[in-house]
Amino acid sequence: MRLTILGGVDKDGCADHIETLHIDSGEIVGIVGPTGSGKSTLISDLEQFAQRDTESRRQVLIDGQPPDAEVRADPRRKPVAQLSQNMHFLADMTVSDFLAMHAKSRGREENLIAKVIDLANTLTGEPIHPEHHLTALSGGQSRALMTADIAVISDSPIVLIDEIENAGIKKQEALKLLAGEGKIVVVVTHDPVLALMTSRRVVMKKGNMVRVIQTSEEEQKVCNSLSRVDRWLINLREAIRRGETVSAAEAAL
Amino acid sequence: MKLVVIAGTPGSGKTSVLMHAARCLEGSGSRPAVVKVDCLWTEDDKRIGRLGIPVHVALSRDMCPDHFSIYNVDEMLEWAKKQDADVLLNETAGLCLRCAPYPDHCLAVCVIDVTTGPNTPLKVGPLLTTADVVVTTKGDLVSQAEREVFRERVLEANPHCRIVEANGLTGKGGSDLAEIIRALPPAAENMMLRHNPPLAVCTLCSGELRVSKRYHRGVLRHMDGFMEYSGE
Repeated sequence: MRLTILGGVDKDGCADHIETLHIDSGEIVGIVGPTGSGKSTLISDLEQFAQRDTESRRQVLIDGQPPDAEVRADPRRKPVAQLSQNMHFLADMTVSDFLAMHAKSRGREENLIAKVIDLANTLTGEPIHPEHHLTALSGGQSRALMTADIAVISDSPIVLIDEIENAGIKKQEALKLLAGEGKIVVVVTHDPVLALMTSRRVVMKKGNMVRVIQTSEEEQKVCNSLSRVDRWLINLREAIRRGETVSAAEAAL
Repeated sequence: MKLVVIAGTPGSGKTSVLMHAARCLEGSGSRPAVVKVDCLWTEDDKRIGRLGIPVHVALSRDMCPDHFSIYNVDEMLEWAKKQDADVLLNETAGLCLRCAPYPDHCLAVCVIDVTTGPNTPLKVGPLLTTADVVVTTKGDLVSQAEREVFRERVLEANPHCRIVEANGLTGKGGSDLAEIIRALPPAAENMMLRHNPPLAVCTLCSGELRVSKRYHRGVLRHMDGFMEYSGE
């Protein structure tokens, strides 16, 4: 599958500097830029397969063609799964009722519920129970459940992720889980590890797709060093969370 | 003259959806006019007026706003004709969940807010179940999974409707709705309501203030479900 974004206009009505962007199956692409630079707008253009009918006037094509209206609207046919910034559930339902209803809306088997919950529980330290109420889940639990739901129930060839780092879950594991095999992954991120895990990143400025940066070999090396720092930080954080003390030896990188 | 009736719960974003659709209609050469019905107060004429299309505000005051809309349909269509419009967008006050102010030969649009939760489509009643198009709003405030569950619930309540996901802030959905409106045939003479109105005319409607059974007349339902006619 090939996803194509045809440039539109920014907040001042000027044309995107990037006129055409192709993303092929198996690729992870980042979107970076300061707050208000239009990262979420770009993700939302992808999510709804914008046809020059959104604020940005961008157009999104699948394999060179605009998807028909039914594909855009029907979640059973829509090839997109999105992990959004909205961390909390508003639906007053139990976890299992909600997952059953979501599986139904996607035309999937309802017996996937246990699989989603098991997977979610590998991402969060606080176990989720099928009878828990969605609205009572913590931020980390909600995010873990949304991530597992996308990996198992939505299981789409295109995955969009909006700022996973604020999640209170294991972010690299979550990204690997979501990326799966041969998917197109687009991830909005401020996190240097995640940004450098991508093969390319789109730079946004005032609503404009200003440039695309190819991740260099040097940056890949930086990414590897950063991953070690990240794991070290996670271990320290977990130790402190467990109520343990931290020694100078452990604190050395 | 085409007739579009836009109903939905208060605060769901009816006016924003209507404005985005009107803008798209105008952009493609249609001539929309808007009648906004409200109960007591509205400033939406100023808001909608910024689009530069004919707007008329009608306050139902102490008459039931849905009854008011239905009663005045001919007058509204007549007014729109005088404005040289070819499509009348009638936004209703959106209060009662027992009525549905949709005539048979109109495009019935129900606007509903996703953040009210996935049980809402089951509670809204004929407003949703007899609509041709259900426009869901504020979907950007919830997760994709929750949007999809909400959509499933809408389809459970009204399996034949078309669903348009809209965003009142960005205008998403406006062009989809405009496209559906363009394909609509004109309104007919002697239209009928799609859904039966509530039981008889009630004593509250005629101004009875006193509480409890002995003051009320009409076809009435008791707590245990028993229905009786009380009157002469």
